[in-house]
Amino acid sequence: MACTPRIRVQTETFDTGAELAAFGAQPRTGGIVTFSGVVRDLAGGDLTAMEIEHYPGMTERAIAGIAAEACTRWDLTDCLVIHRYGALAPGQPIMMVATAAGHRAEAFAAAEFLMDYLKSRAPFWKKEITAEGAEWVAAKDSDEDALKRW
Amino acid sequence: MTEILYFAWLRERIGTPRETVETGAATVRELVSELVAREERYAVAFENLSAIRVALDQELTDMDAPLMGVREVAFFPPMTGG
Repeated sequence: MACTPRIRVQTETFDTGAELAAFGAQPRTGGIVTFSGVVRDLAGGDLTAMEIEHYPGMTERAIAGIAAEACTRWDLTDCLVIHRYGALAPGQPIMMVATAAGHRAEAFAAAEFLMDYLKSRAPFWKKEITAEGAEWVAAKDSDEDALKRW
Repeated sequence: MTEILYFAWLRERIGTPRETVETGAATVRELVSELVAREERYAVAFENLSAIRVALDQELTDMDAPLMGVREVAFFPPMTGG
């Protein structure tokens, strides 16, 4: 039975703990995996903000497609993806994924799959803002390579 | 009429997030050639095509994809989500 993924693309912050309170609450759930991404400061500690741009419309569509694929590949009982955009301060949450399944292997695999695909197939672009100026974060070849294992 | 959207550094280099163009281009690659021929800022932005991704009507595709029936073309650098 495929799960119905819940997807939110928003500027507001979120509380990972609160999001998990009712997550995966079903008799068939045996394991829950979550991943949260936070804004990492630069080595010198001089990041003012991380600005995240996205493509409204395509973002929701792309994430829905990725999450639907995860629900098809693994027998998930619940699936949640939250991704923020706008200007975020260091230490703030950027995004989270949560997967629930009967057993841990499926929940872990689905969460990794979601993260690998969100990284290079969901239309978000990060820009690091410092006192000296702003710089777009470049995509890594390793991010693209990570998709090959699926 | 085709709506063209630009994101991230592509948007900054071209200087607009979106524009509507009248084009007879059959493929994305032909559309890029038309834009590049128009003004220097497009030539600069599209200098390295391997660093640019394209979506047609919000679906990721490639430079050789046909434009027939497409309403929205989006150009952007490789995505950095997560």
